[in-house]
Amino acid sequence: MAIKRKSKQFKWNRKHLLGLRELSSEEITYILDTAKGFEQISTRSVKKAPPLRGKVVVNMFFEDSTRTRNSFALAANRLSADIIEFTKKASSVSKGETLLDTARNLEAMGIDIVVIRHSAGGAPKLLSRNINACVVNAGDGFCEHPTQGLLDVYTIRKIKGTLEGLKIAIVGDIAHSRVARSDMWAMTKLGAEVIFVGPPTLMPGRASELPVGVSYSLDEVIEKVDVINMLRIQFERLGGNPFPSVREYSHYFGLTVERMKKAKPDILVMHPGPINRGLEMESEVADGRNSVILDQVTNGLAVRMAVLFLVNQGAAITNR
Amino acid sequence: MKVILNSEQIERTLKDLAGRIIADIPNELDIVAIGVRSRGEILAQRLSGQLSRQFRKKVPYGTLDITLYRDDLNSPQGNAQPKVRTTEIGFDIDDKIIILVDDVLYTGRSARAAMDALIDLGRPKAIKLAVLVDRIGREFPIQADYAGYKTDAEPGKLVQVLLLESDGKEEVVIE
Repeated sequence: MAIKRKSKQFKWNRKHLLGLRELSSEEITYILDTAKGFEQISTRSVKKAPPLRGKVVVNMFFEDSTRTRNSFALAANRLSADIIEFTKKASSVSKGETLLDTARNLEAMGIDIVVIRHSAGGAPKLLSRNINACVVNAGDGFCEHPTQGLLDVYTIRKIKGTLEGLKIAIVGDIAHSRVARSDMWAMTKLGAEVIFVGPPTLMPGRASELPVGVSYSLDEVIEKVDVINMLRIQFERLGGNPFPSVREYSHYFGLTVERMKKAKPDILVMHPGPINRGLEMESEVADGRNSVILDQVTNGLAVRMAVLFLVNQGAAITNR
Repeated sequence: MKVILNSEQIERTLKDLAGRIIADIPNELDIVAIGVRSRGEILAQRLSGQLSRQFRKKVPYGTLDITLYRDDLNSPQGNAQPKVRTTEIGFDIDDKIIILVDDVLYTGRSARAAMDALIDLGRPKAIKLAVLVDRIGREFPIQADYAGYKTDAEPGKLVQVLLLESDGKEEVVIE
């Protein structure tokens, strides 16, 4: 049993989680440490704890989602909050109501936390400046998906012990991926080396200005890395023809059984889901022994509980 | 600062607590010790050692984090921010006699939170509260079943239990 002596008093004081770019490594570590305490709630007989009792969380999703939306809903439920599900199609947004009007109207009903996903980058920030409730970004445009970044580093840290010194490849459609960006911030802040891998047409415009390496060949990178995160090809976002054919893409950038033979034996294979089986990776790899894809989903719940808990704590301090 | 218990007295107090528990609880019942983070965790471990020896059977111990059950989460008191840590109880608590261990019993709020946290983990046969220091100033109707040193330290004072494992020295002080 090891008990660490309290080091310097760190204090969490944010009431919003908008992105990981603005967080310090200390803040990220604090969220991960907090999430550890929430893991156990999901395994015991009463899968509920009371810290958000009497609070109202709104899931405002302007884009489709299963994993993230359900994960936030379940996280809120497990913390005893009440949750309102809000979807674009079934709301007055389809009648032309603006984002701010919608949010202000919800706020007038007395909500405490807004979880928002929006196709426009910066929408969560805009919201946070205009309403009193806590705002949690669940994905905005191509900018950030902070809870995904957090659950990815949580999963890696849980298995590898630390991110320090690890080499991590993020493969695929980097240009359109908010996951790649949040991952990059979280991973590099915690001391890992990140390499973006994909065809030049799917690389962000100014990748050289980011704190990452860039490679156009998965074969060159695969044997060096400790973790590989395969992004989903987001057909709904792709304009033009970024690659000649799906077959050619998976030939060069798919994680195949053959390619896995060159990888380190303890490499972690990750995917933010949903998987295009046979495209980004072969089913044998997705379901193989190196895959931690379902661990990511499980850990996501603990991480989101921690985030909801902490923004509420931040609000308790700033509103005092 | 005034030392009210030195390391020898702490050891004697714990031994005395163990003795009273043994006199009180029939050997055939399933007993476990669960400590409230973080000093209670260490005391529970020591107490389980004493009880195991004297009962001649294993009395397992576990650690309870009560942060999520505190009643001041939305109105933080003072400067310290409650940090969520893990609960580590590696056994089923159903039908057990739980010796709930904490370092200081004061307002009774932590004990209330600890009981609520335990009940979410199962249905124990009984929960008995054992504390090293029993301080006057209860705000809830809660009393210890096994209290060590009793003190009437005034409200403004701080009663601190320092233990070797967590603090590098062993004493109870009032400051």
